[in-house]
Amino acid sequence: MGERKTLLKVNDIHVYYGSIHAIKGVSFEVNEGEIVTLIGANGAGKSTTLNTVAGLLKPRTGTIEFEGRPITGMSASRIVSLGMALCPEGRRVFQQMTVKENLEMGGFTRQPQELPAALENVFTRFPRLKEREKQIAGTLSGGEQQMLAMGRALMSKPKLLMLDEPSMGLAPILVEQIFDIVKELNDAGSTILLVEQNAQMALSIADRAYVLGTGRITISGDAAEVLADDRVRAAYLGG
Amino acid sequence: MVAFLRFLINGISLGSVYAIIALGYTMVYGIAKMLNFAHGDVIMVGAYIAFCAMAYLSLPPILAVLLAMVACTALGIVIEGLAYRPLRQAASLAVLITAIGVSYFLQNAALLIWGANPKSFPSVFSVGAIRLFEGELVISSETILTIISNIVIMIGLTLFTGRTKLGKAMRAVSEDKGAAELMGINVNRTISLTFAIGSALAAVAGVLLCSTYPILMPTTGSMPGIKAFTAAVFGGIGSIPGAMIGGILLGVIEILGKAYISTELGDALVFAVLIIVLLFKPAGLLGRPVREKV
Repeated sequence: MGERKTLLKVNDIHVYYGSIHAIKGVSFEVNEGEIVTLIGANGAGKSTTLNTVAGLLKPRTGTIEFEGRPITGMSASRIVSLGMALCPEGRRVFQQMTVKENLEMGGFTRQPQELPAALENVFTRFPRLKEREKQIAGTLSGGEQQMLAMGRALMSKPKLLMLDEPSMGLAPILVEQIFDIVKELNDAGSTILLVEQNAQMALSIADRAYVLGTGRITISGDAAEVLADDRVRAAYLGG
Repeated sequence: MVAFLRFLINGISLGSVYAIIALGYTMVYGIAKMLNFAHGDVIMVGAYIAFCAMAYLSLPPILAVLLAMVACTALGIVIEGLAYRPLRQAASLAVLITAIGVSYFLQNAALLIWGANPKSFPSVFSVGAIRLFEGELVISSETILTIISNIVIMIGLTLFTGRTKLGKAMRAVSEDKGAAELMGINVNRTISLTFAIGSALAAVAGVLLCSTYPILMPTTGSMPGIKAFTAAVFGGIGSIPGAMIGGILLGVIEILGKAYISTELGDALVFAVLIIVLLFKPAGLLGRPVREKV
């Protein structure tokens, strides 16, 4: 592990929603080339953590560093241009825009002349999106919308891709497909921070894992170790 | 028959002014989800600036219009930044009351600067007129210019929101601010840009309005502002073509109603039609019904 460069370093962040203390001192890091997963029950603070890293929420205390550079309190739109993309929970594609326009928005921070190659790259990865290029995103199926949301996040050519519950609400066969794609993206060089409720699947493709329980990291380690941990098996993997 | 045509053309011309104002309402509503009730007063400010540029600086009309557009653009950005941006997370009622406050502020500032006496707006575009049916039907150059401006603005905005990067970003922000921010779009700057465009259009509308109805006073913008807001709701608030259609229909209904039914009831008629349309199509003519999707 030591030879890999640390891409993201989250150090003891505390996040509040009004007076509710949602994240109570979370620290973790993601190294270049890894798939790191953040698992935990509903309401444990997984999405809050990702949204804070992405700049949509501000931590009250604690620091976040990306490539050694402090990004705590920076706006989400600035953070994107530094090379971090979040594919948000619930996909949140622009329903009334076409597939192509959604992808163009994903490439908002890039130079116009880089867009055709980036689009081509996404279409190669998701041929289905190419077929539906001119279709309004709101008319796509759930699986297609997830592909679009991931493709859109890839358009900014992120050094770190954060995926928030990519399998949510999808049929099992599609869940498999999405996880295969995540693995492929990682093999192609992307660093991935994956938040999932589907702990089994997430742990099976991840290098390392952190388990969140009500605002704190309770267990962390190599994915295989975490998968074998009795506490994790009891709490998240159904025995 | 000729009389009817004349009323119809006057209606389209007045409706074109409403449509240009309604575009400002509808774009701002689409992106900031707020009703900017001060928009009508920006029209008045635009008209006063054009008036001063022509009357005191003796600038040619076209330069006066450009000056008014620049000033209103700045005014729109300042209003948004000072009055509305701090309330981005506040309850919509607070924003609405603030907008009404800004409206009164602008009216009273105009009262202070330009006084209560109405100014007589000079004839801006007297290039001549088209005469049809042996001179029975006269279409003034103001009318033609108003309708052409409306068409040009409509085409321009459609191309802007459909083809350009910033225009698409504007649509993205109006759909989902959080997701737009995650794309790297600066949401605050995009909202500012929307206010800037809406206010520049308000300046154009102010000059067009005052060249047809040449009485300018601090309250000049309120009634057209409310009617244009009605037009925006009529067409479907948030929809650019809706604002256009709503505006023109409203203008035609108003003029025909005043001509054939009752001059006094003309305005009431406009609002009666609005109520009837909303009873049957609550989202307006081209509005999308709001669906909450989980």
